[in-house]
Amino acid sequence: MKLGQILNNYKDTCKLALADGTVVTGVAIGKRGEIGGELCFNTSMTGYQEIMTDPSYHGQIMMMTYPHIGNYGTSDADMEALEPMIAGLVVRAFSHQYSNPMADASLDVFMRAHNVVGISDVDTRTLVRHIRAKGVMNAVISSKDLDDDSLVEKARAWPSMEGLELASAVTTESAYNFSEGDGPRIAVFDFGVKLNILRSFATKDCLVRVFPASTALSEILDWNPDGIFFSNGPGDPRSMPDSIETVKEAMALDIPLFGICLGHQLMSLASGLEVYKMFVGHRGANHPVKNLDTSRVEVSTQNHGFAVDIDSVQPDIAEMTHVNLNDGTVEGLAFKTCRAFSVQYHPEASPGPHDSHYLFQQFLSEIESPGAPVESQPAAASAK
Amino acid sequence: MPKRTDIKKILLIGSGPIIIGQACEFDYSGSQAARSLRAEGYEVVLVNSNPATIMTDPVTADKIYLMDLTPESIKQIVAEEKPDAVLPTMGGQTALNLADQLHQEGFWEEQGIEVIGVDIDAIRITEDRQLFRELMESIGIDQARSNVAKSLLEAKEITQELGGLPIVIRPSFTLGGSGGGIVWQPEEFDRKVMRGLEVSPVHEILVEECVFGWKEFELELLRDSNDNVIIICSIENVDPMGVHTGDSVTVAPAQTLTDKQFQVMRDAAIKMMRSIGTFAGGCNVQFAVDPTTGRMIAIEINPRVSRSSALASKATGYPIAKVAARLAVGYTLDELSNDVTGTTSACFEPAIDYVVTKMPRFNFEKFEGVDEELTTQMKAIGEVMAIGRSFPESLQKAWQSLENGYAGLGADRDESPRAEVRDRLKKPYWDRTLQIRNALKLGASVEEVADISKTDPWFLYQIQELVQLEAEIRQHFLERIEPDFMRLIKRYGFSDIQIAYLVVDDTSEDEVRTRRLELGIKPTFQLVDTCAGEFPAQTPYFYSSYESANESEVSEKEKVIILGSGPNRIGQGIEFDYSCVHGLLATKEMGYEAIMINCNPETVSTDFDVADKLYFEPVFWEKVQDVIEHEQPVGVIVQLGGQTALKLSRQIEAIGIPIIGTSAENMDLAEDRGRFSDILKELEIPYPPYGMATTIQEAVDAAERVGYPVLVRPSYVLGGQGMRIAINKEEVESCLIEIWKQMPDNSVLLDLFLEDGIELEVDAIRDGDEVWIAGIMQHIEPAGVHSGDSTAVLPPYSLSEVVLNSVEQYVTEIADRLDVIGLVNVQFVVKDGIVYVIEANPRASRTVPFVAKATGVPVANIATRVMLGEKIAEFRERGDLESTLVGYALKEPVFSWDKFPEVPKELGPEMKSTGEAIAFIDELTDEHFQRPYEMRNLYLSR
Repeated sequence: MKLGQILNNYKDTCKLALADGTVVTGVAIGKRGEIGGELCFNTSMTGYQEIMTDPSYHGQIMMMTYPHIGNYGTSDADMEALEPMIAGLVVRAFSHQYSNPMADASLDVFMRAHNVVGISDVDTRTLVRHIRAKGVMNAVISSKDLDDDSLVEKARAWPSMEGLELASAVTTESAYNFSEGDGPRIAVFDFGVKLNILRSFATKDCLVRVFPASTALSEILDWNPDGIFFSNGPGDPRSMPDSIETVKEAMALDIPLFGICLGHQLMSLASGLEVYKMFVGHRGANHPVKNLDTSRVEVSTQNHGFAVDIDSVQPDIAEMTHVNLNDGTVEGLAFKTCRAFSVQYHPEASPGPHDSHYLFQQFLSEIESPGAPVESQPAAASAK
Repeated sequence: MPKRTDIKKILLIGSGPIIIGQACEFDYSGSQAARSLRAEGYEVVLVNSNPATIMTDPVTADKIYLMDLTPESIKQIVAEEKPDAVLPTMGGQTALNLADQLHQEGFWEEQGIEVIGVDIDAIRITEDRQLFRELMESIGIDQARSNVAKSLLEAKEITQELGGLPIVIRPSFTLGGSGGGIVWQPEEFDRKVMRGLEVSPVHEILVEECVFGWKEFELELLRDSNDNVIIICSIENVDPMGVHTGDSVTVAPAQTLTDKQFQVMRDAAIKMMRSIGTFAGGCNVQFAVDPTTGRMIAIEINPRVSRSSALASKATGYPIAKVAARLAVGYTLDELSNDVTGTTSACFEPAIDYVVTKMPRFNFEKFEGVDEELTTQMKAIGEVMAIGRSFPESLQKAWQSLENGYAGLGADRDESPRAEVRDRLKKPYWDRTLQIRNALKLGASVEEVADISKTDPWFLYQIQELVQLEAEIRQHFLERIEPDFMRLIKRYGFSDIQIAYLVVDDTSEDEVRTRRLELGIKPTFQLVDTCAGEFPAQTPYFYSSYESANESEVSEKEKVIILGSGPNRIGQGIEFDYSCVHGLLATKEMGYEAIMINCNPETVSTDFDVADKLYFEPVFWEKVQDVIEHEQPVGVIVQLGGQTALKLSRQIEAIGIPIIGTSAENMDLAEDRGRFSDILKELEIPYPPYGMATTIQEAVDAAERVGYPVLVRPSYVLGGQGMRIAINKEEVESCLIEIWKQMPDNSVLLDLFLEDGIELEVDAIRDGDEVWIAGIMQHIEPAGVHSGDSTAVLPPYSLSEVVLNSVEQYVTEIADRLDVIGLVNVQFVVKDGIVYVIEANPRASRTVPFVAKATGVPVANIATRVMLGEKIAEFRERGDLESTLVGYALKEPVFSWDKFPEVPKELGPEMKSTGEAIAFIDELTDEHFQRPYEMRNLYLSR
């Protein structure tokens, strides 16, 4: 690095325009260009690469609340999909130089290689407070067009996340085996599945087969699964009538089902519960979720802009098993008429705490010995 | 589980006098715990021997015992109070060890007292290296390879097994790593091993694989009775393993861990906390990570609140001690709400959207011959914390907070020569980050600096950005700086002083400020909210940065700003925090909005529950001015925050904001030796003959004139820094060389030293009409021993009424002449029946809390109310000035000599004690009086 290079980092002006007319100026990072999407924020202080590659964020502009992003570079091991999924990245202080002997490349190089547009040196905190007050909204990042009015127009014209079906854009094109274990056969409906969900099953010796979102249930049953998993993914679940229909069919069978995030919402809709778009959404790695069965609290990874309406949870359909301690929203359900449960949050973490990993075991236990209770967290060891 | 109702009365053990490794952070946690337990309806009985604490104030606990922290006094208190439970986790290792000792005796069980907040059986495990090691092995947590030695021979054998030097020595059961260290060379092996064996109370050391140079991390945890565990904060040490974490520059949150690495660490920490028995409370876990392989090992676990948990509370806004106390009485985390947001759960992990830098403050200049290299044994006296929106900004603010003349990370003075930089970079010293900057400035590469210093390159790249920006600023004329560039450099934390120094033109801090404001660039104030802006928060806790929106709304109320005293130092410590807290409370009681500015994370005054509004900012003029201009207070109180606050008074008045209390002009009068002597002369008050000098010849002439022995000292210093007694011309010369080496350009004062004189000091309050004497203290040690290092007795024990009348008269005359409003402290020496005035300080002194505790009169509170317009007569009428003292109260100095084994124990005009204890005695035959009295001349040196 030569003296003077610091100003090089500040050379390319970039703008972020919000649909409500707010425009901020910063500097371009990653690929130079222009992109639109829903602007949301994530409060995780680590795990930017996992977040950027999480298919649930497909098409969203991600603003990280932690100011320094890029500190430890990027590495193949931290991918949650084969490529980045976010539309754009917004940060306060971008690390062009990183420190991590295990890394493969800097975040800037990674973003350029994968065509991710980004903006740095903006006051992310003020933008977060703005969104908190006004709700999530669409935005455009551009280092090509620096005209405020034109950018705001583009942000307004960008399609709204509400009513948008996005799973088809991120699902696998054809079915494939993720792992060849001797354990239970898990069929995964891929609405945008995070790799760490698949890894979580694989490390428990499961035979995991991933199917495209549009796969007919019959085709999956032909594979003879021991359990079916409905994955996380992007978009508005209410715009996925075919998937809801498939989930409904599955819920009529006597086969263990497990859903995470979008999968949880689809299972809820299939059972007749209501789903609504949240004002701000939950995105971070510090939300407290209480397991109502054990009264234990899990610090959880969250990433959702839609939620199940608590008032629609009827006791004959489903029981709320997990609740968010911050705002009382539904975090987990056990369905009454079938062998199914689901959670709104992310037990696979990545990034985030591992507190909820027991849910994978719970699913496998349900497959192996139906109705068996599962310890939610390791019991306290005694020092005596 | 809701709170327990089977417990009614709780005994809380404090941490005793301030020593290195155990400072006022335990006053912060103890008072927080006491307050929250009282709020829950429990009766709190508190024991602590340290009078300079808020926790020992009637506002904090129901019953306070100012007694030594010994098993005997605990037994006495228990007999008297019959508490149901004891909470020993708020008073550092002192309280924990004391509780453990009584547990070993079976005392708690015998008395039916429950130990809460910790598993008492597990304390041994966490303190005994071998037991800890076995436990970690059993739960599968990796550690440094090591073994326990009870002899030099065993130590040699173990070293061989570990593959030779370097090795680390850790004595069992000592505070702050006392007696520990790294052995690099064969020739120092025997000495260091023997010292470790000697200082360990059980004469046992751990000989350990040296993980020097590895990255070091700490996690702060809370656990409830339902076994929920949360991580409040991660802290990364910029100084790698090998430097005690108390001496390291640390940053929150961790900056260089991937999520995968962090989660492995989090899992390990939770597992470790769950392994040390069943309890509800807080704990701290330390880890080291091999930078090349990523191997992570556990270093230690402390099942109590700590210096780091105080830091973590201030860094995140999450009140750890307060919540830990509530968990100890049965609440579970999900039953408590987050006090900061008021709406969300306390059972969560704070997300922060700024960077916190903690920097230790040392006092090496106080200890001649001290080894300044930083090791595994803590040497820092205090610390500062700085909050910024980026690491460079918070690092620069931390340097501004240290109050040792720096305006940021260098770039404010001539550059150090290359050879010096190279030398200082080789070993860890207090100014490591500055030397890194110097090396990068001289063209060293990040790789080279990382190789030498073992600092993680990420921090180096950040510092390099500062160095590169510096170079850019050097190309600019102030007048031609564009707004964008000005904003950029302010966002990197450059102070106006640094900018003035760097730009091409010859300019000043004021001119930079003016230009900056013309460009429309002024700071914004951001909220510390525990949640990175995700939820609205009510807590009025702010830091400055250069962002686009201001979150600190200015109220309509009349506001008073109180300036704090910055980092703890010898001579300016917890006593000033005590006064500031009372100042805040009194200001609130008087109906004003009380606003605090301070940067010391260990203090109670920076607890966001204490002031109406807290600005966690350097007590550095630019930052103070920013807050003043934003808040527009009716005035600023400077006399409670020691010299740090006092020295800003001229500048505050210059921008048109009144100083509340004694005016800047009159405070200056007292500081200026020449003008003050003129006043004494005019009042016909005796003072020792003196002279001033700026050259050696002038000094020698002055010494001849006043007569030997002379007291030689630089003017305008704290705690008698650089002060010596000289008995002849040669000694005067060597004193001056010593002073000017440390403080060039400082003028020097020479006073006749009143040998064998009796020293006295007085704290008083004046309201404009009358002077009230709060307390007269007589020192047991002779004049020549710094007042802070003397045993002070209140009231005086051997002085005639005539002398005491003169003392009172002189105090009144001086206070009237200086038009003091508020506090004044006057020091005297009595010799041959003549009462000499040595100095007068129109501000809160170190002894204010002692006088308040001794007499039961809330001196600091009264002083603040007087500053804000109340009259002494009103207090007198209400009986508020009546002393409750029976017999004598003694203020006993406490030293930290064991941290500096190479420094001889000597007392002189330069203060060396780090803390104090109070003792109440009925008769002068009491051992508390007799012991120092018999030894009063023993350590007097020069």
